[in-house]
Amino acid sequence: MNESKSNLERVRAIIRSQYFWGIVAIFLLLLINLIKDPSYLNLSYNPTTGAFVGNIIDILRAAAPILMIAVGVCLVIATGGIDLSVGSVMVVSGAVTMEFLSAANQPDSIGAAALAILLALLLSTVLGLVNGVLVAFVGLQPFITTLVMMLAGRGIAKVITEGQNTSATNEPVRWIANGYAFGLPVVFLIAVAVIVVVSIVVRKSALGLMIEAIGIDPKASRLAGLNRRGLLLTVYAISGLLAGIAGIFATASVMTVDVSRTGYQLELDAILAVVIGGTSLAGGKFSIGGAVIGALLIATLDKTVLFLGVPSSATPAFKAIVIIALCLLSSERVRSLFRQRRLTTPLTPKETVPS
Amino acid sequence: MTQTPERAATSTSGGARIVDFLDAVQRKVQERASTLPTVAALIIFVAMIVYGEIAYGRIVQFSTLSNLLINNAHLVILAVGLTFVILTGGIDLSVGAIIAFSSVAGVMLSNAGWNPYVVILLMILIGSAMGLASGILIQYFNVQPFIATLAMMFLARGLASMLSTVPERLGDDSAIRAFATQWKIIDGPKVNDLVVTPGVLIAAIVVAIGFFVLHRTRTGRTVYAIGGSEQSAELMGLPVHVTKLWIYVISGTLAGIASVVYTSRLGIAQNITGIGWELDAIAAVVIGGTLLTGGAGYVLGSVVGALVLGLMNVLITRDGGIRPEMTTIITGSILFIFVMLQRGVIGRGR
Amino acid sequence: MSEPLPIVEMESISISFPGVKALDKVDFRLFPGEVHTLMGENGAGKSTLIKALTGVYKIDSGDIVIAGQSRRLTGTADAQAAGIATVYQEVNLCANLSIGENVMLGHEVRGPLGINWSATHRAAQAALDGMGLGHLDPRQPLATLSLAVQQLVAISRAMVTKTKVLILDEPTSSLDAHEVAGLFTVIRRLRDQGVAILFVSHFLDQVYAISDRLTVLRNGQYVGEYSTRELDRSMLISKMIGKDVETLRGIGSERRANHRSPGDEPLLRAEKIGRKGSIEPTDVTLHRGEILGFAGLLGSGRTELARLLCGADRPDTGRVWMRGKRTEVSNPKAGLDNRIAFSSENRRDEGIIRDLTVRENLVLAVQAKRGWARPIPRREQDALVSKYITALNVRPADPERPIKNLSGGNQQKVLLGRWLATQPDLLILDEPTRGIDVGAKAEIQLTVAQLADDGVSVVFISSELEEVVRLSDRILVLKDHRRIAELENGPGVNADTIVDIIASEVQEEVGA
Repeated sequence: MNESKSNLERVRAIIRSQYFWGIVAIFLLLLINLIKDPSYLNLSYNPTTGAFVGNIIDILRAAAPILMIAVGVCLVIATGGIDLSVGSVMVVSGAVTMEFLSAANQPDSIGAAALAILLALLLSTVLGLVNGVLVAFVGLQPFITTLVMMLAGRGIAKVITEGQNTSATNEPVRWIANGYAFGLPVVFLIAVAVIVVVSIVVRKSALGLMIEAIGIDPKASRLAGLNRRGLLLTVYAISGLLAGIAGIFATASVMTVDVSRTGYQLELDAILAVVIGGTSLAGGKFSIGGAVIGALLIATLDKTVLFLGVPSSATPAFKAIVIIALCLLSSERVRSLFRQRRLTTPLTPKETVPS
Repeated sequence: MTQTPERAATSTSGGARIVDFLDAVQRKVQERASTLPTVAALIIFVAMIVYGEIAYGRIVQFSTLSNLLINNAHLVILAVGLTFVILTGGIDLSVGAIIAFSSVAGVMLSNAGWNPYVVILLMILIGSAMGLASGILIQYFNVQPFIATLAMMFLARGLASMLSTVPERLGDDSAIRAFATQWKIIDGPKVNDLVVTPGVLIAAIVVAIGFFVLHRTRTGRTVYAIGGSEQSAELMGLPVHVTKLWIYVISGTLAGIASVVYTSRLGIAQNITGIGWELDAIAAVVIGGTLLTGGAGYVLGSVVGALVLGLMNVLITRDGGIRPEMTTIITGSILFIFVMLQRGVIGRGR
Repeated sequence: MSEPLPIVEMESISISFPGVKALDKVDFRLFPGEVHTLMGENGAGKSTLIKALTGVYKIDSGDIVIAGQSRRLTGTADAQAAGIATVYQEVNLCANLSIGENVMLGHEVRGPLGINWSATHRAAQAALDGMGLGHLDPRQPLATLSLAVQQLVAISRAMVTKTKVLILDEPTSSLDAHEVAGLFTVIRRLRDQGVAILFVSHFLDQVYAISDRLTVLRNGQYVGEYSTRELDRSMLISKMIGKDVETLRGIGSERRANHRSPGDEPLLRAEKIGRKGSIEPTDVTLHRGEILGFAGLLGSGRTELARLLCGADRPDTGRVWMRGKRTEVSNPKAGLDNRIAFSSENRRDEGIIRDLTVRENLVLAVQAKRGWARPIPRREQDALVSKYITALNVRPADPERPIKNLSGGNQQKVLLGRWLATQPDLLILDEPTRGIDVGAKAEIQLTVAQLADDGVSVVFISSELEEVVRLSDRILVLKDHRRIAELENGPGVNADTIVDIIASEVQEEVGA
């Protein structure tokens, strides 16, 4: 117990920890960039804008929307569900913001900005709640519910903007995505703040434990007195709200909503981030920190691929390599190469449909 | 003792199969409610045809129905593959991207002067290889089907983009085009001909083989057993691992075949071909009455599901008043209704 | 019995898992035409031995000889090829397929056009006939059959595969007495046909009724092989737990000695509560500090009634008063708020939350009662957990271990702790001692008696009538979804009394 379980054990625990390999991958990618361009990691300070400038800063800024949806999807996955609609909720949120601002046409008004954001977040939360109601009260599979919402959401966005890519001008909203505070991108700071708030709410209250419990065993949790429906509703609503924030981030940087591209397939990035972070798609134990690492890895990967001069439409291939590598590293079969195991029948886990 | 009448041995010929199917439908409907969604899909398909005929006209005629089959042959093939996967309780998200990769690679090779038959074989094998990779990840490395096929989707899409990001045109004289040759079966007045392409024929053969494998082979029954309870199937001594591997190889291979059929019809391949087709195929399977949780469903149902989706597009085009952005909402709603229907049926069964 | 050659001979089998020696040089022999019971407490190594014999686990050392041939089994399919089939407690069939298909899966009759279904169904019918299930139509879906019949279907399946060794792993734990009798008829028939049967059960009566020979394991070690006739029950129990059983016997007498008369105000009064299809309207009254036993066979409505009382299911008739006040218990949370705690008979699916730790499992219900916004401080959690781990003797006493890694008995104790931590006035225990070892069973019974003495009211449900009689102050007898009798416990009441009550009703309906 004491002496034998010393450093070696501790190192092993770290290596087996959920997101160790995600961090390794981030460093590896940065290393690749560094080899291509030794000044890649350089940060410079721009005294006129009061901001740091550099590739790392770009990565942090690009990570902000992914961070938001990854955290939301992480909570949903922990309940044993999945949220495929976050990308579509993003575009709905963006569409509402841009439509409102372009109609208001008050380029400097903070009030208009606040109202637009409020409206966008409200609608996003409502879409999340609709998912939640269908899953918790109607009893549909999350996979199919959110798939429908994913199809419908993009349709709703197109209806809102009448199929157009709407642009608007509003300085405060633009500042959110492109401005700086304390030398760092505002958008990243907001993302961090939101994550901290969510983490505190989830982990300092009993919400986290309850989410894990219903994710592992809904029947037993019900008998233990947990309110599964309420929890599901909460979680899907949070996911919708966070996707709404991500949608504002994503559209505010260019002040345009592109109804067919904003948030497109980002739900996959979010799921990927969660899996990289070590949360099982089967539900149960989850790690918000892991999802954050995962989101940062994806943002780094996106930037690296661009930096290496590969066409951005080929990025998915690299994401695939990351997923496959991570899945292999975390699989028992590969791990058992390091330590002997007993089962001859290879691991018959309860396969779960993403549901 | 119940003496069920000896069933006519199924042949792959259409007539006997339909009789067999009707027989099966009648018997199964009495036995279990799980066929109800399939029957519902059939009813809705007929209802859509009737509605279309009354509202827009020119639906029940050779040319429209021929085009429906020709334009959706690839979707039918994909749906057959996904029926296998979904019956086991798995999912395959990679099929759309496989089509993109396979068709871009195929067209480029063909234009580079490769033998078209070698190219066709390669296009199919690309699908098989991708499916095999998913299967190995799922079966031997314990990766969830959702994630494994998502990885393959990304991989295939990325590889296609690396090959080319612009539309690649297939030479007009290419032998691959032969799969889109239009054979007139009935020469109707004006352009109202009953037309069949080799692509449609391939789809029909795929459906027939799919039906045979699922209902008349041990592999097929193992697929159902896995969907019912994987643990039980394993403890019954069924070859669960090999079968699950096969499922994804089948799905990938059929995606490869669908790619050949589609490319031959369109003559153009692009890295963004097939985006969202995996969802169309899943929708077709679900509408056709296969439970997303596995264990119950029919290949022929999935065919109906695919045709329902195809017919819906025809009707939307004919209507003209429905904005194209509504298509996704409508697909979503249909999917939603059928899932609710499935739920209702299962709920009552309990 | 002359000694023919054993069909299975396992010699000096050892298997270890990280940190545990699950089997330590265990010997086991099985002869054709005998029913051989494997006995031992939970964790003794019974299931590990079975898994070694069915190829699920690889053995570290030792030798498995089947029909004279040394074999290295690689999996279930391989074991089946060697003539070994297993029927598990949770029937492992596919509910989405027909009865006939389940019997024949993997052995369907094939012709030139693939599977010949009519021939396959005929073969299935023949196999079913052999089990006395000739009345079943193989084309019907399996899901319509009761668990007991499904079990027989599973055995039919085993016989299709030319099984020489049939392993029955706790086949009787969800069957009622009639069904057990039916199963035993089949087992005897198979035995007479020369099949070797390896039987595992926690029910001593059944073990003595059916088996010819016993092998006892304890803590992964071989204790001995005995002829059933030559080993009496108390000797068997002492061999299993390695100590004498007076503690276990003492409980009943102590309880009766302390029997207290109920006070005036009942804790719970339910009037005509019922639910369509599960239990007919029934009256239940329960006083403080009283143990009310629900006796009845499986499917009698005992579980269903309990589920109505605690809010797991919603009653559609009747009214309930708690402490004299009209109360609606519409869900488990409302039950907990009314200080009613319910421990389900289904420990695996409705009890433990597998991946959570012992601590988290233990505090979960208290936390649910408080709501998510008022987390229990860590110090309070630790105090709760250590209190119940000590009080209930949970082993290992490590609160941070995932509960799935504990033995069944210890999981049950943690669950008991979970419900006790909510400080219930009414504790409903549905089969709290099922499938757990003798030692843990005694400890749980003792705890229940203690609780009643402390003023907690308990509803106690068990298939083992002796246990109900031993613990209860009053017994409600249920049958066919309704209450048929209620009796005060006391001298003269024993398990036979209840059997007589149930049986006298049986005779009216079952002519056979």
